[in-house]
Amino acid sequence: MKTVRIIPRLDVKGPNLVKGIHLEGLRVLGRPSDFAKYYYDNGADELLFMDVVASLYDRNSLHSIIEDTAKKIFIPITVGGGVRSLEDIKSILRAGADKVSINTAAIKNPELIRDASREFGSSTIVVAIEAIKDKNGKYYAFTDNGREFTGKEVLEWAKKVEELGCGELIITSVDKEGTGKGFDIDLIKMIADNVSIPIIAHGGAGSKEDIENLFDNNIVDSVALASILHYDAIKHLKMNVNQNEEGNFDFINSGKSKLQLSPICLSDLKLHLHSKEINCR
Amino acid sequence: MKNIVIVDYGLGNLFSINQAFLHFGYEPIISCNKEIILNADYLVLPGVGAFEGAMRQLNNLGLVEVLKEYVKSDKPIMGVCLGMQLLFEKSYEFGEHLGLGFIEGEILKFPSEVENVKLRVPHIGWNKINSFDRNNWNHSPLIELKEGAMMYFVHSYYAKPSNENVILSTSIYNKFEFCSSVQKGNIYGFQFHPEKSGEEGLSIYKNFLKIK
Repeated sequence: MKTVRIIPRLDVKGPNLVKGIHLEGLRVLGRPSDFAKYYYDNGADELLFMDVVASLYDRNSLHSIIEDTAKKIFIPITVGGGVRSLEDIKSILRAGADKVSINTAAIKNPELIRDASREFGSSTIVVAIEAIKDKNGKYYAFTDNGREFTGKEVLEWAKKVEELGCGELIITSVDKEGTGKGFDIDLIKMIADNVSIPIIAHGGAGSKEDIENLFDNNIVDSVALASILHYDAIKHLKMNVNQNEEGNFDFINSGKSKLQLSPICLSDLKLHLHSKEINCR
Repeated sequence: MKNIVIVDYGLGNLFSINQAFLHFGYEPIISCNKEIILNADYLVLPGVGAFEGAMRQLNNLGLVEVLKEYVKSDKPIMGVCLGMQLLFEKSYEFGEHLGLGFIEGEILKFPSEVENVKLRVPHIGWNKINSFDRNNWNHSPLIELKEGAMMYFVHSYYAKPSNENVILSTSIYNKFEFCSSVQKGNIYGFQFHPEKSGEEGLSIYKNFLKIK
């Protein structure tokens, strides 16, 4: 018996929860802690926080958000963005995270994965892979929200980090991310078939059927979801942002989204999955 | 006031376990000090990471003998995740390593497949806990839980007790059944993370403190 995991992904920039398309064009949606609590109350299986500008500015500013969240929320928390060293990992875990997600630093120094999984245990170390398909249909790994080409072919990279001791992969299809056009099944399946560690599929969920199909076809048993949950959650949350801060507040002010997706509440998504005999918490 | 101590040996999910107790208004002491540990009314042995490194740390800090002395007093102790595995005699994680030996049995790696179905390892996620004998739960921190309650797991190795009588619950990962919690006298072990298993998981900490 297998139980699927639904993992809300919270992209954070400064004090705000943001969301883009293809990981770009970030719009402010609210406060991360409000969304985190809302998802916890609605049955989230884990939470994934990403400091989306950390690599650009060489920093990780999530500590206070994590400390605050971990006091109220009793499910696993994964934190990524700007994790560069064993010291960084230790301080994020001490702030209350259970797992850390690494992308850029792993590309620059793959041995970090080996050292980190030895020191903190494999299951604490998650590698995030941002995949973009080239015109020949090959997938390559990128960093910095799909901006920086690494030259690493995605499948080879996934196998390499598994060998180095990473315990879990988050595979983001940058091409699909934020579009609501459905998951890149080929990408996800290619990796799932060739590695033995758990995989979290991310990028493209536009409807509950997209998620159901992914699980039904037994490709993976975990998904990270952002837009499809956020654009529902935002209707239920009090707006709590300071517009004097830096950020794009267009969505909050206009309430308009041009997205082609059907937002859904996490608890309704789980009811739907249960009704399709997909086992979840 | 109950004197709760979380053993700090440089590894583990101290923060989360501390938060779980704070949630109920208790303030645990996080410590590796011999007197403080022996003085505890309730002891928690956390753990994340590898078995060998954890035992090495406990040895370096002189805590193996301290824990043995504590257990002799028959006061309650609970091990969580790797902390549960350390309670056993031996682990085969990266070689063969001796544990604390409070409970007879071994720590083994999950098979890579069961009945031709790939078993992704680590086992990460929520899973049901099923009782051998529901009555046993009434005298354990699981007292408030319903049969089949869901808990959060993260592990690549599982415990195989020599004596089935110590098994409080089992869980099934794909088709592979393993022991997910144990009790021997006042020694408790949970392979899952009660502090990461929502309100139901938290009840385990609350009820641990009701054990005499």
